[in-house]
Amino acid sequence: MHELPQQLANGLILGAMYGLIAIGYTMVYGIVQLINFAHGEIFMVGGFGALTVYLILPAGFSLGAAIPLMILGGMVVSVAVATAAERFAYRPLRGAPRLAPLITAIGLSIVLQQLVWQWYPDAKKDHPFPQLEGEALSLLGADLQPGGIFLLVAAPISMIALGFFVNKTRTGRGMQATAQDPDTAKLMGINTDRIIVTAFAIGAAFAAVAAVGYGLHNGQVSFRMGFLLGLKAFTAAVLGGIGNIYGAMLGGLVLGVAEALATGYIAEIPGMELFGGGSWKDVWAFSLLIIVLLVRPQGLLGERVADRA
Amino acid sequence: MTALLEVEDLRVSYGKIEAVKGISFSVEEGQVVTLIGTNGAGKTTTLRTLSGLLKPTAGKITFDGKPLSGIPAHKIVALGLAHSPEGRHIFPRLTITENLQLGAFLRSDKEGIQKDIQRAYELFPILGERRKQAAGTLSGGEQQMLAMGRALMSQPKLLMLDEPSMGLSPIMMQKIMETITELRSTGMTILLVEQNAQAALSLADQGHVMEIGKVVLSGTGQDLLHDESVRKAYLGED
Repeated sequence: MHELPQQLANGLILGAMYGLIAIGYTMVYGIVQLINFAHGEIFMVGGFGALTVYLILPAGFSLGAAIPLMILGGMVVSVAVATAAERFAYRPLRGAPRLAPLITAIGLSIVLQQLVWQWYPDAKKDHPFPQLEGEALSLLGADLQPGGIFLLVAAPISMIALGFFVNKTRTGRGMQATAQDPDTAKLMGINTDRIIVTAFAIGAAFAAVAAVGYGLHNGQVSFRMGFLLGLKAFTAAVLGGIGNIYGAMLGGLVLGVAEALATGYIAEIPGMELFGGGSWKDVWAFSLLIIVLLVRPQGLLGERVADRA
Repeated sequence: MTALLEVEDLRVSYGKIEAVKGISFSVEEGQVVTLIGTNGAGKTTTLRTLSGLLKPTAGKITFDGKPLSGIPAHKIVALGLAHSPEGRHIFPRLTITENLQLGAFLRSDKEGIQKDIQRAYELFPILGERRKQAAGTLSGGEQQMLAMGRALMSQPKLLMLDEPSMGLSPIMMQKIMETITELRSTGMTILLVEQNAQAALSLADQGHVMEIGKVVLSGTGQDLLHDESVRKAYLGED
């Protein structure tokens, strides 16, 4: 398990998940300069939405056929929660000092965790998630489990779809305009309120895909799974340059690979034996963030703030 | 004939500070009307209220026979009121062509949009040469041309230009003023806010002088140009 190809594969799988979640942070920040700290919980409820769909499907329904429905169900739940949060929690605070929506986001995050913990059946501890049957795929010296393959396939497909949406559609163009200059976007006839809701919805849909991947890959979902993962995905978004969608995915992959490699190899450096093992991985992830921000405060693909009008 | 734009006793406040204290004026179709005055007179506030970015505290705005109160900014464009804002506010990371396309955001006639983009390039050849360039890399004057071209892309009935000559070199300023004259000769109705009173009054049919939120003097462009108090206060004569 310590071979390089396997470590890289693990890192990329983890990174794909970070990246998919990071999209939500970066899109919302890019448009309303809000760090939606409840986004980790948007991801979490997506996992439970997908799980619910699986549980209510008739027995005998194969998991392969159920997955598209589960993704859809997860998306519906995530998008509903995210757009409701935007409409009722964040929109009334637009124009308020930045601290107000930030605290609201943290509060919302706690509320969502507790609601799931309290009301979802058997969610007081980790809830098993259905597992894809099938052999691990051996590729270039790495064994890929079906859950990991799901994430490795879903991430690029989602990114291509998002790139097309942002650059080629009218709403996407309106989104870019709103991110660059919201008042002037209104003068063009762009309904910026609708653009903002759309950004929340897209981020939520991506988080739901990530949540299905998380469930398949880890075999379980839990009411607190969004906390640390959300924080990591936020780190990925900052690492890649917050506001930049490609940066979010790149930041996710860099973070995931760095975490996997550090976990696998740091203990082999003489004198560093103490720092081996999984319990240090978060330390490496956040250390990487600090180093990158020291050298490149705008993140890997970020633009300098001066470019913002 | 009723006016295209009718502003009656308009008041606008930022919190407790009233920036526009009950002004009235109108713009007839085909006219160029200018608001002049120093910084802080309330000219930009007036335009931003007309386009819906700010909400008036009192007063009435009628555009093309319809009251504008309560209509959000993004719907006012659709009525035919285009606003080229102070400071130009082009979208810096989009190309020139994309900026122009955004000006036509509410239109769906692809061929017409294409034609109007070509027309903008004819009006401002430099924009055509740099059409694929990010707008943020343009000079101030070129950005102003782009902002005007973008406002025209919505096929407005009334074009509002806020300080188009701000921060421009004399040559560029002259080019912008020539363009406004050219637009006027095509029958475009224009509401022009300017600090360069000389240039604005020379080409305006009607002018209004604003001071700390009020219209203190109104008249034809020529009248105001020759008015002694205007010459003293705004044209730098003793």
